[in-house]
Amino acid sequence: MKARYKRMMFIVLGLVAVTAIAALILNALQSNINHFFSPTEVVANEAPKDRTFRLGGLVEVDSVKREDDGLTVHFNVTDNAEVVTVKYTGILPDLFSEGQGVVAQGKLGAGGIFEAEEVLAKHDETYMPPEVADALEKAEAEAAAQGAAQ
Amino acid sequence: MNLFKYSAPSIFYPLAGRLATGFAIAAVLLLAIGLYMSFFVAPTDYKQGEGYRIMFIHVPAAWMSMFIYLVMAAWAAAGMIWRTRLSSMMASALAPTGAMFTFIALWTGALWGKPMWGAWWVWDARLTSELILLFLYIGYMAMESAIDDPRRAARACGLLALVGVINIPIIYYSVKWWNTLHQGASIKMSESGGIESSMTEIMLWTMLIMTFACWFYTIAVALTRVRSIILERESKTVWVKEMLQQGEK
Repeated sequence: MKARYKRMMFIVLGLVAVTAIAALILNALQSNINHFFSPTEVVANEAPKDRTFRLGGLVEVDSVKREDDGLTVHFNVTDNAEVVTVKYTGILPDLFSEGQGVVAQGKLGAGGIFEAEEVLAKHDETYMPPEVADALEKAEAEAAAQGAAQ
Repeated sequence: MNLFKYSAPSIFYPLAGRLATGFAIAAVLLLAIGLYMSFFVAPTDYKQGEGYRIMFIHVPAAWMSMFIYLVMAAWAAAGMIWRTRLSSMMASALAPTGAMFTFIALWTGALWGKPMWGAWWVWDARLTSELILLFLYIGYMAMESAIDDPRRAARACGLLALVGVINIPIIYYSVKWWNTLHQGASIKMSESGGIESSMTEIMLWTMLIMTFACWFYTIAVALTRVRSIILERESKTVWVKEMLQQGEK
């Protein structure tokens, strides 16, 4: 075997070994690498109790309620399976809106209400001009209306 | 034509000079077009408003940071297998540019994250693995300058570059494998094997032009840098002495 093939084999085997090690480590750390827990996991008691963690999901439509002080907000976070109610006092990011993704950091309080200390907006990977977004919404509404008429 | 003859530094040196000039001109032209399109042609986003325009530098920089690392590791591997001097020189010529693009990606990402997410930085899988990439580049450069003998430096750095390659798929797929605050990829392979994107066509074109501008810039800069490295490492050879006597420009 030529020396150059030996070196090539050495590199290939090395890369395979490194890949296997990384895969095992990442697999073992799976739950620590996830940035947030979903409402389903929280309802199933998989999220830590008495400890700060992050909750991620979509803000449920028509669930945002403001208290009279103007700063405290209640809203539901959903993953379209389960729902967790969040209470937060403070300024929300610009992109926060109903139907939009959020990641809230805080603790589970009494009655299963998530008391958030920080709320971050998670935006998706879709980019388009407002006219296109309007047109898409209109088309969707029309399709829904047609579906309802039938 | 024997392509291997270009692996001789004495033959590659003048070729690199000519190529660098060409790619530099192309990079400047594309950058001018790309920036004009980024600011004036691409439409406002329906949700993020004007702020989303930072992606026209953020995404190409992030792509380049990963792509340059792959190319660098490939050169390092070639240098280790065939023991060609030029290969390890190419790898070290790419490292600073890769580090620069990684830094730009992290920095513009922070500037984008503050208004959109509400945070400069979060420790999610995408951001953290990209930060590790920056450390890999810096470690590569630090190790190279710490070892005096260029051949030993090339071997040690090549090993570091190859081990670090595992980080690239982790960065790329992090948004898919784990829950992250960072959004998923806007441009990806569809199930049928084509490429699909979730942005308007003109935005996509703007981003591609910016990407090619960054790409050509990288080639031009890396070739210019490799010329300096060649002169430095080959300074005692006959061809460099002859060239200097003839007063090559």
